Amino acid sequence: MIDIRRILTHTEEVLHEFGPPPTVPLRRGAAAAVVRNPYAGQFVANIAPLMDELKPLGLELAHRLLVTLRCEPKAIQGYGKAAIVGAAGELEHGALWHAPGGYAMREALGWKDEATGGPRGQTGNALAIVPSTKKVGAPGTAIDVPLTHVNASYVRSHLDAIEVRVPGAPAADEVVYILAMSCGPRIHERLGGLRAEQIDRWDGQK
Amino acid sequence: MIAAIRKLVVQVDEIRIEMGRPVEPPTRRAVAMAVIDNPFAGRYSDSLESLSTIGEELGQLLGARCVAALGIRPDQAQSYGKAAIVGEAGELEHAAAILHPKMGSTLRREVSSGAALVPSAKKIGGLGTAIDVPLGHKDAAFVRSHFDAIEARVSDAPRANEIVVAIAVTDSGRPLARVGGLQVHEIKGEDGLR
Repeated sequence: MIDIRRILTHTEEVLHEFGPPPTVPLRRGAAAAVVRNPYAGQFVANIAPLMDELKPLGLELAHRLLVTLRCEPKAIQGYGKAAIVGAAGELEHGALWHAPGGYAMREALGWKDEATGGPRGQTGNALAIVPSTKKVGAPGTAIDVPLTHVNASYVRSHLDAIEVRVPGAPAADEVVYILAMSCGPRIHERLGGLRAEQIDRWDGQK
Repeated sequence: MIAAIRKLVVQVDEIRIEMGRPVEPPTRRAVAMAVIDNPFAGRYSDSLESLSTIGEELGQLLGARCVAALGIRPDQAQSYGKAAIVGEAGELEHAAAILHPKMGSTLRREVSSGAALVPSAKKIGGLGTAIDVPLGHKDAAFVRSHFDAIEARVSDAPRANEIVVAIAVTDSGRPLARVGGLQVHEIKGEDGLR
């Protein structure tokens, strides 16, 4: 089973970045869980079963992040995920997070809900692949978690990243698994490209 | 509010297991940070009073953010601390002006009491500089189980003309504290020390 040793939540409220302040500050954040790495210090060929065991952790982090951001699931506009593996582990242990972290967060944001008759034939919410990064690192290592729009990866205003770091973790035999969400685009986004309101394929990309 | 705030960051750090042993209830520490303009960046001023007023405002704002993030009543707060990182166009005394004259009084209101000194740290730093915010029990500074620290850091601050101001509040001491000294149940609460 997955032993959660520690959970760190991080929220940011960005009022401006030296430009005109938007009427509503940008809110974004991350939830990071420090868990023991059951494969630390050895090569284990069959690690895939851990993905199922990580599913509840994905849901817990997603729900905790929504509470922390004080945000309805439908108000989340961007998301991403990441993992930092302690020194006695390997990068592949970080890759275990792809399915349980990504699908749990999409589920929490309504991915499995019935099509709700949203704008222009929207088929659900959280349709886009959840972008990710991973690394092996020492305690206190920072990781830049990429963020993209929850329904269409190509929405340019929402291409972003948030830095996450847990002081003191991961220890050599630990992994930090991270989910991140944003309630809006970059603070002074103004580079054109596909707009969120122009999404029309609902294929997760455009 | 006279503080010109660019960004607010709030973190909660919950420890459930330490050294393989359960921590029950989990320890929970919150740290709230504000990135503000330094009105005295790049120039010497004899009077730093406006920074003290900013400290008074942020004692309330950041104290309230910590308590809200922990989801506790103000009287359930157990320890606190404060710190500031001044961008390189400022001076250490700017941190002192924010932290020392007025911040304690508003912070104490947000945690309903606080006879003890609010421990503090300060430094000059650049973007992403981390500072260890010292923590001490709010009613009795000698409570050994609550001597602790939590790191505060904003990845894109302080710019040269900014200051990062941090306040930390907990609802607990260290995980698995066991080095003796004054215990919480022994607090007399008269002098802020014991």
